[in-house]
Amino acid sequence: MIEFQHVSFAYEKERPVLRDLSFKIEKGESVGLIGANGAGKSTLMKLLLGLLQGEGRIFVDGTPVEKSSLAEVRRKLGFVLQNSDNQMFMPTVYEDMIFGPLNYGLSREEAERRVDAVLERLGLQELKHRHNHRISGGEKRMAAIATVLAMDPEVILMDEPSSALDPCNRRVVINTIRTLPQTKLIASHDLDMILDTCDRVLLMSGGVLVADGPAQTLLRDRALLEAHRMELPFRLSGC
Amino acid sequence: MNKMQRALRELTEMDDLAAQDSVMHRLHPTAKLLSTILYIAAVLSFGKYQLSGLAVFLLWPVLLFQLSGIPVHICFYKLRFVLPLVMAVGLFNPFFDTAPLLYLGPVPVSGGVVSMLTLMLKGLLCLMASFLLMATTGIDRLCASLRRLHVPGLLVTLLLLTYRYVGVMTEELAVMTEAYQLRAPGQKGIARAAWGSFLGQLLLRSMDRAQELYSSMLLRGYHEHFHYAPVPAFSGKDALYLLLCAAVFLLLRLVPLAQWLGGLVVR
Ligand SMILES: Nc1ncnc2c1ncn2[C@@H]1O[C@H](COP(=O)(O)OP(=O)(O)O)[C@@H](O)[C@H]1O
Ligand SMILES: [Mg+2]
Repeated sequence: MIEFQHVSFAYEKERPVLRDLSFKIEKGESVGLIGANGAGKSTLMKLLLGLLQGEGRIFVDGTPVEKSSLAEVRRKLGFVLQNSDNQMFMPTVYEDMIFGPLNYGLSREEAERRVDAVLERLGLQELKHRHNHRISGGEKRMAAIATVLAMDPEVILMDEPSSALDPCNRRVVINTIRTLPQTKLIASHDLDMILDTCDRVLLMSGGVLVADGPAQTLLRDRALLEAHRMELPFRLSGC
Repeated sequence: MNKMQRALRELTEMDDLAAQDSVMHRLHPTAKLLSTILYIAAVLSFGKYQLSGLAVFLLWPVLLFQLSGIPVHICFYKLRFVLPLVMAVGLFNPFFDTAPLLYLGPVPVSGGVVSMLTLMLKGLLCLMASFLLMATTGIDRLCASLRRLHVPGLLVTLLLLTYRYVGVMTEELAVMTEAYQLRAPGQKGIARAAWGSFLGQLLLRSMDRAQELYSSMLLRGYHEHFHYAPVPAFSGKDALYLLLCAAVFLLLRLVPLAQWLGGLVVR
């Protein structure tokens, strides 16, 4: 579904941020992209979305990510931004959710039906007509996820979905992620969340892919994690 | 809630106003846009001493406030920062143009005073008309309507982003002022010496965020056709409104109504 072939990228010439990255994600997989701050997780996602251009080749469902195919590629990808404030730009949750479907040519009735279905599935009907500026951080994150689901993407990309959430909201978000049937790529340094939501883990450090394996094995490897500025998930640390 | 957060809330209140329902709200955005442009053109075309003719144009916004159910005080409250700036333009005219132009009873009124008042009134009228357009139409429908009129997509996107950008910038400003004040307790405002770096930071941070926001729009299929903003069909009612506005503005512009009325009273 997603393939990176020898991808490199640098914001400034002398300082490469990603170096020769290659990996493949199959349809239906849930993959955690882990690494300390500055490892290059967000950059990788932006390359995949075609927001940045680097060296090497990236494919989404067999289509290369290029200028000419951006619309087609982006249609398949739903991206939940790290900062939900930047994700939501319309006055109300409803208007924000219907923005994508309408842009993709759905009629207003179809789009509205889809919006209602997503809200119901996430148990968020109450948020529908609320103002984006007047809902709490946790509600906003859920609303941001809802706007992405309303576009019915095949792959869901999430950048730090549990950041800046209290434990209760974090749990709600995790449970929601677990119920999503799509292919998922989740960037985070919240390893407990990754353990709960992903089967496979890609570990990045200094712009290089240093490990790729089952979450249950990799996330138990104390030496590996600590070598790359991370700690065992709380639940596996034996406290 | 600090000052900036309140400013932000005000901005979202603009959207609330646009979401209300009234005769004015139901009119086609293009009809409103064009009539507003005509109005502004008519207002600006008055000569610098034609105060009485211009004064009649005050009737239009007054009528629109009535029809749209938007309280006038909200308009003045929202424009309280811009209005003084626009009105200050003619402030020096009385010093340059001192020849008496007319007499109010025995009191001579200089050309400078009349032209100052004319300029101020022009500013006020244009701002009120723009506010009414925004408050009854909303930014998205306005952009959609501009596109229908074949205004280049890039320009319209720029307008839309500027509108959203103001919100983002206000938010950043709120966060930064709060952070600053926490570390400078008991200090009013921001020290003059810190202004430079403060502004620079503000610009960088809001640019970053505006970039993300634009990405988020692109990723959800934004293109410059504004499918998401419902624009109804242009009906006979809308055409009638537009024609009526055009006719009335033309009439009021060409016929010195105020002078006639004044003449009637004096005679
Ligand atoms: N717009 C930018 N310009 C220059 N350098 C950047 C930019 N964004 C990120 N970087 C740098 O790229 C590196 C990777 O950043 P990022 O992908 O955001 O990491 P992560 O998401 O894993 O925390 C960091 O060293 C960061 O400083
Ligand atoms: Mg990041």
